[in-house]
Amino acid sequence: MANVQLRDVHKSFGATHIIKGIDLEIAHGEFVVFVGPSGCGKSTLLRMIAGLEDITSGEISIKDRVVNDLPPKDRGIAMVFQSYALFPHMTVRQNVGFGLKINNTPPAELESRVNEAARILKMENLLDRKPSQLSGGQRQRVAIGRAIVRNPEVFLFDEPLSNLDAALRVNTRAEIAKLHNDLGATMIYVTHDQVEAMTLADKIVVLEAGKIRQVGSPLELYHKPNNLFVAGFIGSPKMNFMEVEAVSSSASGVIIKSADFTEQRIPVAKGNVKAGDKLTLGIRPENMRADTKGDLKISGKMELVEHLGHETFVEAKTKSGVSFTGLIDGETLVKLGQDMALSFKANDCHLFDAAGEAVHRLKVPEIVHA
Amino acid sequence: MSTSTSSLRPSRWRYLPLVLVAIVFIFPLEFMIMSSLKPSQQLLSDTNSFRAFLPVGSISLDNYYAAFARAPVGLFLFNSVFITATTVVLALFLCSISAFSFVFLQWRGRDTILTILLTTLVIPIEIIAVPLLLLVNQLPWVGLHGLTFGWLNSYQVQIIPFSADALSVFLFVQYFKDLPKELIEAARIEGASWWQIYYKVIMPLAGPVTATAAILKFLAMYNQFLWPLMVTQAEQYRPVMIGLQYFFQLNIAWGEVMAYLTLITVPVLIFYLVLQRAFIASIASTGIKG
Ligand SMILES: Nc1ncnc2c1ncn2[C@@H]1O[C@H](COP(=O)(O)OP(=O)(O)O)[C@@H](O)[C@H]1O
Ligand SMILES: [Mg+2]
Repeated sequence: MANVQLRDVHKSFGATHIIKGIDLEIAHGEFVVFVGPSGCGKSTLLRMIAGLEDITSGEISIKDRVVNDLPPKDRGIAMVFQSYALFPHMTVRQNVGFGLKINNTPPAELESRVNEAARILKMENLLDRKPSQLSGGQRQRVAIGRAIVRNPEVFLFDEPLSNLDAALRVNTRAEIAKLHNDLGATMIYVTHDQVEAMTLADKIVVLEAGKIRQVGSPLELYHKPNNLFVAGFIGSPKMNFMEVEAVSSSASGVIIKSADFTEQRIPVAKGNVKAGDKLTLGIRPENMRADTKGDLKISGKMELVEHLGHETFVEAKTKSGVSFTGLIDGETLVKLGQDMALSFKANDCHLFDAAGEAVHRLKVPEIVHA
Repeated sequence: MSTSTSSLRPSRWRYLPLVLVAIVFIFPLEFMIMSSLKPSQQLLSDTNSFRAFLPVGSISLDNYYAAFARAPVGLFLFNSVFITATTVVLALFLCSISAFSFVFLQWRGRDTILTILLTTLVIPIEIIAVPLLLLVNQLPWVGLHGLTFGWLNSYQVQIIPFSADALSVFLFVQYFKDLPKELIEAARIEGASWWQIYYKVIMPLAGPVTATAAILKFLAMYNQFLWPLMVTQAEQYRPVMIGLQYFFQLNIAWGEVMAYLTLITVPVLIFYLVLQRAFIASIASTGIKG
């Protein structure tokens, strides 16, 4: 079983501490995505798993075997780079077969495995071309081919789609998902794009400044973000945050108010929230509606209106100067500069304490298994 | 459209500067070759006019026969080509592999040693020639005569001291630094050893810099004068530049000088043409644009 474990993994480049203690369990066959803003250490962490960077302290094991001191080739991994890293002087066939050839695979077997990889990736017709004669998408395919031909137990992807145009990215994303399904191998995938993370992952690891902020399934992260960082990072458009004050707290929730809201009970666990605490209220734009039927109402002057047909995106500012966004139904015609009230349900609200940690929601939408 | 005509018009004249430059470079060669075919008397009188560049008057290969009679031209040519070729091959290998280690491998003192090495760029051969002479005069060698000491009058004394140089290392280091490091990482993940990465991944991509280093090294070696003069008393090991002395005797036979110069220019031209082809081919095949 190709599981991967990280135990208190640290990495420093000279005096700069980049990876600050990562503990993580990845099960066999899981598709795990490391997501986080640029520079947070995703690539470094992946490269440590690959064996391209050594580990300052801590332990990494693959298949229950500590690999700290193993060279990359003995770790049972294959890696796909953002820049594809194809050898420019070799044909596609030679690129894909490079590792097999290096390891003295008999020519007949090499040939059949390269052909098999080409068949899986539908690139038989490209085998005799040089990388310079391929499009970006085709190069990406070859890079993936070079990875699968060696039957690795763990695939590592470092932002493999970021050099592709939008349409191709969606396509290739679907192909990677299918590949994972077909091969059943463990995959670790790095991206700064939360949409990629949401669409591909069994498990998302959100990183910030070298630390894990939350680990969970896409829907867990969406519905139960542990902190302001994850709440703001996962979901598009971004969650609205508003300063509010706790009026009182009890077992059935916390009553909040602000300049823009009347008092309202938010069903969250009381935790250690006390009256007078400064809190942050989080509400996703897609939970806003264009009428006043919700529990909380907020009104403001429309500063940006985008009618997309099936829905409308608006950005508005309240009298007290707070900006908020909403993704509302497409039927309501909204005019720029218009004063308008939006509303949302108390159940859809998230609350965060002064330290940015989430106050647990009592009414999280059930995840229904279809 | 105005843009298309204006982009067409200069193309007619685009070659004019190139033609002028080519003429400047070709005239001395032309003069040398034409002169080598003329008797000394006519050669000197022709220098007053354009006739110097034309095959006119009495034309023959007599100067060539005379040159071969005066000096062992074949031997000198062989020596120079052998010494130069061996040194170029050795230097390309040693300098590229040390640059590989400076750029891609991690080892203690790496940057310091590279810095020290590069400072030797500013030291000319004239400064180290004497200490180097004293050094090579002590060195052991195992050859046809068994173990001997002192390298004077040999091929190795003209080859080994020049088989690595800071300039070539520098050229390779600069080139390697610009190669995407993912290529090396990808090869490592595929299981390639450092040696395999060197000769299967890096060197096939290093065509342009290899050609540049080869040309510079070739010219420097082929034009060596001071060092061979110091270390070869025996005619047997002398290169072409030393051979020139045979032609500057009391009465200088300019026709023979020109014939000799023409002969010793041939290897340079051959080398240059071959390398130019390899150079263009390597750029085309790697897809790395120069
Ligand atoms: N070889 C290195 N030497 C010094 N600093 C590095 C090195 N590699 C990465 N870093 C630093 O580590 C941090 C994390 O980099 P990286 O893992 O590439 O981030 P990400 O992939 O999340 O964008 C960055 O601040 C980067 O500058
Ligand atoms: Mg990165």
